[in-house]
Amino acid sequence: MTAKLIQGYEVVIGFETHAQLATKAKIFSRASTAFGAEPNTQACAVDLALPGTLPVMNREAVACAIKLGLALGSHIAPQSIFARKNYFYPDLPKGYQISQFEIPVVQGGEVGFYLGDEKKTVRLVRAHLEEDAGKSLHEEFHGMSGIDLNRAGTPLLEIVTEPDMRSTEEAVAYAKALHQIVTWIGICDGNMQEGSFRCDANVSVRRPGQPLGTRREIKNLNSFKYMQQAIDYEIRWQIEQLEDGHAIQQATVLFDPDTGETRAMRTKEDAADYRYFPDPDLPPLVIAPEWVEQVKAAMPELPRAMAARFVQQYGLPEYDATTLTQSQAMAAYFEDAAKACGAPKLASNWVMGEISRRLNTEEIGMDAVKVSSQQLATLIGRIGDGTISNNAARQVFEALWSGEGSDVDAVIDAKGLKQMNDSGALEKIIDEVIAVNPANVEQYKAGKDKAFNALVGQVMKASKGKANPQQVNELLKAKLA
Amino acid sequence: MALTPQDIGRIAHLARLELSPAESERMLTQLNGFFGIVEKMRAVDTGGIAPLPHPVAAIQDVHLRLRDDVASEPDQREANQQSAPAVERGLFLVPKVIE
Amino acid sequence: MSSTVLHDMGVAQLAAALRGGQVSAVEAAQHFLARARSHQHLGAYVALNEDATLAQAREQDASIAAGTAAPLAGVPIAHKDIFVTRDFPTTAASRMLAGYRSPFDATVVARLAEAGCVTLGKLNCDEFAMGGTNENSAVAPVGFDAPRPVRNPWDGARVPGGSSGGSAAAVAARLAPAVTGTDTGGSIRQPASFCGVTGIKPTYGRASRYGMIAFASSLDQAGPMARSAEDCALLLSAMCGPDPDRDSTSLDRPAEDFGRALGDSLEGLRIGVPAEFFGEGLAADVHAAVDAALKEYEKLGARLVPITLPRTDLSVPVYYILAPAEASSNLSRFDGVRYGYRAKDYADLLDMYKKTRAQGFGDEVKRRIMIGTYVLSEGYYDAYYLQAQKLRRMIADDFQQAFKECDLIAGPVAPTTAWRLGSQNDPVANYLADIYTLPASLAGLPGMSVPAGFGESGLPVGLQLIGNYFQEARLLNAAHRLQQATDFHLRAPEGI
Repeated sequence: MTAKLIQGYEVVIGFETHAQLATKAKIFSRASTAFGAEPNTQACAVDLALPGTLPVMNREAVACAIKLGLALGSHIAPQSIFARKNYFYPDLPKGYQISQFEIPVVQGGEVGFYLGDEKKTVRLVRAHLEEDAGKSLHEEFHGMSGIDLNRAGTPLLEIVTEPDMRSTEEAVAYAKALHQIVTWIGICDGNMQEGSFRCDANVSVRRPGQPLGTRREIKNLNSFKYMQQAIDYEIRWQIEQLEDGHAIQQATVLFDPDTGETRAMRTKEDAADYRYFPDPDLPPLVIAPEWVEQVKAAMPELPRAMAARFVQQYGLPEYDATTLTQSQAMAAYFEDAAKACGAPKLASNWVMGEISRRLNTEEIGMDAVKVSSQQLATLIGRIGDGTISNNAARQVFEALWSGEGSDVDAVIDAKGLKQMNDSGALEKIIDEVIAVNPANVEQYKAGKDKAFNALVGQVMKASKGKANPQQVNELLKAKLA
Repeated sequence: MALTPQDIGRIAHLARLELSPAESERMLTQLNGFFGIVEKMRAVDTGGIAPLPHPVAAIQDVHLRLRDDVASEPDQREANQQSAPAVERGLFLVPKVIE
Repeated sequence: MSSTVLHDMGVAQLAAALRGGQVSAVEAAQHFLARARSHQHLGAYVALNEDATLAQAREQDASIAAGTAAPLAGVPIAHKDIFVTRDFPTTAASRMLAGYRSPFDATVVARLAEAGCVTLGKLNCDEFAMGGTNENSAVAPVGFDAPRPVRNPWDGARVPGGSSGGSAAAVAARLAPAVTGTDTGGSIRQPASFCGVTGIKPTYGRASRYGMIAFASSLDQAGPMARSAEDCALLLSAMCGPDPDRDSTSLDRPAEDFGRALGDSLEGLRIGVPAEFFGEGLAADVHAAVDAALKEYEKLGARLVPITLPRTDLSVPVYYILAPAEASSNLSRFDGVRYGYRAKDYADLLDMYKKTRAQGFGDEVKRRIMIGTYVLSEGYYDAYYLQAQKLRRMIADDFQQAFKECDLIAGPVAPTTAWRLGSQNDPVANYLADIYTLPASLAGLPGMSVPAGFGESGLPVGLQLIGNYFQEARLLNAAHRLQQATDFHLRAPEGI
């Protein structure tokens, strides 16, 4: 199924994503990569490009590249070359960025994801290792800009796709899927606000069947919301230009979240000539098959494979499986609870429902979840064996979450939430309710379901909420039959 | 392959060098003289020859050494900035960077 | 100890005298500092720091007294101003780095200090090591307010050679018993030849380049200059060795005692003599001195073998494509942002860059940056840079072919002896004069210059010895044996 056209135009999108790698030290020096330090306190001599300094490669950065390559089914180059990308900018201390040009470490591969219920695949061209630049602060110092080089030298993987995407939605879904993968395999912390995951979107439009249109590159999109807004705007803008008879000029553009518009950057250089050449300070990087095998053996099960297994092993719907595998922590929690209580669908409901809701409201992650998977499993067990109703379970859960109590049974007792399971006593109550509500009974027999629910309500009230609603339903139906 | 004044202008810009008109002219002459001796090199058949990345790679494999991921550099901001032309609150100051 | 003899002593002798207590490190340092000052008209030193030098000397004296002395304890040396040093400013002889203080020492500097050497000061050179005469220095030598040429101690009206001109002049004038230099296309060998001193460039990757301000990354190498092969061996052994934590191009080969074979017999040694090094451009007096040295080798039992290095003449364009290309990129960091010179008046950031670099760099440096930028630029990379890298492999392979027939290669270092200051202003002609030293640089082979006699006007002539990879000990052995049979290396310029 092809994406729908916009005013008769087909949209073509490709992405370049810069993922900051979660190493402790920089890619070519031993300064720390920790976020938030005082300016230039994590920029050592090598990072500052002091005269005489030279780069030495961080093994962990290479390991991250191998992990990504394995996760995406790419070819991991047994030999790859570092190259200098030469240009002048104050946040680029050497006057060149060490990157990879002709022979990158990761080649090919793909990212699969669902757009609604349609399966999509975006092909990767390559992913290569390079170093991040420093930062120029927006704040002004008597008309000058302040440069902080703490970030200079942080390892990056630049992940480049083919122009396979055909809509904003697909592009955002791709970015989310890639984000999930890099955080899942632990190579990137995914903190977009801190700049750990930055996307550049190459956008062009064309009439179907025509060659590719001229693309413009929207740089540094660091939120999914902005990504959506920026690409939508850019598409509309390009179409408007073409409809007005103007050709699209290749440009680099920035998205302004305040105005919701994209605007071309002032040209830093006209069609920059980066004069790439292999960096003579760095011999070729060799990755032996043994190393790849080692990394592979230590890698976690990947999200899509795990989701498929959840469907197969636990009979979960695809939607549940995909939602639960949004993070390793959530998937692990679910699986612990499911195994312990033997009711995977219920475990899934609780994780996707009560737990996810609280994580969102309280803005915390699975690492800070306040009810353990064991506790949840026990709770689910008490519902299953009829000790408490669903409603009561929610109260128990809240008590556990807020720290009121930590033992499921203790909380049930303390709050007196045990369901009445004695069918004898229940039957008596039901008989009484039927007796004092003849009108409802008549209406129910006449086919009005609402009347039935009213009767159930009366029974629940009379039992002070302790009756097992399922039992009430069954017994009531039987008596009124 | 003779260079033109436009070439000199383009290269000087790429290299961020301001050249006076006299300097540009001199540079043009000198560079053209230089490229005169280079022409011979261009004509040599190097088909099938791989470039030499590290001189010793002529006789043995030279590969990139990898080091452990340890953040061991201490904060030496003061020493590192002792020769800086303009510094304020730990930041290097430059003429305003316009995006 | 009579101080008039101190500066005639070699490193080995001086080290022994220091260890034996016949002279203190402080006395030795003071002696050479006094000589530096009294010979400042030569322009060899660009920085002195008496306090720092004497503090180092006192430390060495303490270690000698405590019996914990390192092998070269108290031996005074000086460093080419391409090596960064904490105790002295480092300028690379450029306005761009006037007054720059590095927060760290170059690895080579640190290793020599660990071996006990005391730093007398920094030595003049061509700006960013680019040049063959030391006329491209843009900093004022000690005792002067403005840059002035470094003078060849053998004839003050002539160049000392370059780029390590200050280094060679300092040794020839006995302003230091030994010094460090760097060699990218011949910058140790050629000034050693012009000044009648001994110098060696080791195999590429032997000495760490960390802290050596980069000119051409795949060609630069550090090396010692002194008045004998024996002294060079002592320093080279201390300088070399892997630096895996700081220099990715430094090789894993462990440190060696390069003087272990100095006294070995040369019986049966095959010395290759390349036809291409003895062609038309070679001056008659240089030819004669080199021939005489080769005859000495035959007397020592060596056999001369004619060999060919067919792409010798291509080494000039190949080198002058590759070196400037790497340099153009290495020098981009000099932009007035984090250290060094920044223009005073500018309109905006772009203007600041352009004026800073225009004012901070000298003509030769700008020329090479322009060449380098051009050959890397779009559309020219394949035809120039890539082509040169391929030819480089062919030149290296030519040497491997030659080394099947011989153990060492010998020939002149330069086509002529030292020329007059200011007489050679054509940059291209200067490049062509590097023809004999460039091939070994491109191949990364170790090479030496050994004093082999004198030419017209009594100017020194050096003999170049080129070894196969890692054969420094053999080179030093051959040089040493020649120095036992001759005394050219011991001669001093008049009045020094």
